Amino acid sequence: MIKPLIKGLIVTLRYFFSKPVTVHYPEEKVGSFPKYRGLHIIGRKPDGSIKCVACGLCEAICPAKAIKIEIGELEDGMRYPKTYILDGWRCIYCGLCQQACPVNAIVLTPEYENARYTREELILDRDTLLKRSDEVKL
Amino acid sequence: MIDMNLVIFTLIKIVIVFACVMLCVAYLTWIERKVIGHIQIRVGPMYAGWHGLLQPIADGIKLFFKEDIMPTKASKVLFVLAPMISIVPALMSFAVIPFGDTTTLFGLLKEPVPMRITELNIAILYIFALAGLGSYGVVFGGWSANNKYALMGALRGAAQMVSYELALTLSILGVVMISGSLNLVQIVEGQKEVWNVVYQPVAFVLYLICGTAELNRTPFDMPEAESELVAGFHADYSSMKFAMFFMAEYANMITIASLATTLFLGGWQGPFLPPLVWFMIKVFILVYFFIWLRATYPRVRYDQLMKFGWKVLVPIALANIIVTGVVMQFIK
Repeated sequence: MIKPLIKGLIVTLRYFFSKPVTVHYPEEKVGSFPKYRGLHIIGRKPDGSIKCVACGLCEAICPAKAIKIEIGELEDGMRYPKTYILDGWRCIYCGLCQQACPVNAIVLTPEYENARYTREELILDRDTLLKRSDEVKL
Repeated sequence: MIDMNLVIFTLIKIVIVFACVMLCVAYLTWIERKVIGHIQIRVGPMYAGWHGLLQPIADGIKLFFKEDIMPTKASKVLFVLAPMISIVPALMSFAVIPFGDTTTLFGLLKEPVPMRITELNIAILYIFALAGLGSYGVVFGGWSANNKYALMGALRGAAQMVSYELALTLSILGVVMISGSLNLVQIVEGQKEVWNVVYQPVAFVLYLICGTAELNRTPFDMPEAESELVAGFHADYSSMKFAMFFMAEYANMITIASLATTLFLGGWQGPFLPPLVWFMIKVFILVYFFIWLRATYPRVRYDQLMKFGWKVLVPIALANIIVTGVVMQFIK
């Protein structure tokens, strides 16, 4: 009866002297995996204009209806998104928009820290998404 | 005629001891959280101050400013009285505990001063009387809240304390027989050559087990039992009333540890280091042991607890007394 009790004490003592596994989160980060589906970007063409051709496939496939596109047209007949609103709160980060996109414009990044102070900060419009493509490394 | 100098001097000593004990009590919560954290491979409090050193102060401030809730159907007088009944005896026990022999405070005082508030001939009886009083805090607190969980906790607490106090008192009788005194100072001085734990190993183990039960700490935390009784007797307490129960528990922990040090581990005596440091080291080793127990064992079942107390601990304690008596007779 005594032996298992002492065995238990030895186990806890051994753990007492082992190194804690805690990660001090805001200071240390474990990061995410490369295939993690986090906040989106919209890429640029080599000339710097937006890749998106406003085909509307992402809007159509989005199961959470998080994407709203208004279609515009340039003089040469190229379509472009006049507005492109992606609601980061509604989005379920399934990645279907990335799969549906015919020109690889919208891409999900591994960024996982999506907490914001206000609602507006995560409702991303066209220019924010474009700017994120310059900032975020894939 | 009362000697005013003596009164003032004693008051100063009381204030110093009180302040030190309250500081220890506060930091015991930090030590407990740290030790349990490390045993569970966590780090414990880290953000308030260096490695969470200011955590007890933050907790104290938080508890102080919390809303003080009084259940409408509570028995008001006892509800307020219960935390006080818990904490006052817990702190009063330190009146007789000898922390060291004498000190001149590094030559500040002309005459050496004994490092204890008072020297009582029946110090052990005094401490156990106070420990018995402390259990009223649990009982009143649980009953007056008019809450069934609290009442269950109080009932369990009462039953547990009655049965384990018996074994606790019996376990130290062997020490009292060897040293022939109830005076803690004389008991410590009697352990100059050999600590009592060498003569009374069984009694020491019994004392630690019963002490844990007396403290209502895991694995004997029947009155609290978070998982079954929510929080047991202090389920309805908030703010400073809760803090008083909490402080009483930790003060009792120091009391039980200091008493074990005094009775079994040679009190303040030890080579090289000053007496007070030796006393603190021994007390904190025992306190660490209590925390270590809490982090290791699950709670015992209530019937097992009673069975263990009455059918195992009390007979062993009685046998220990008889064996001690017989051996002493032969040696004489």
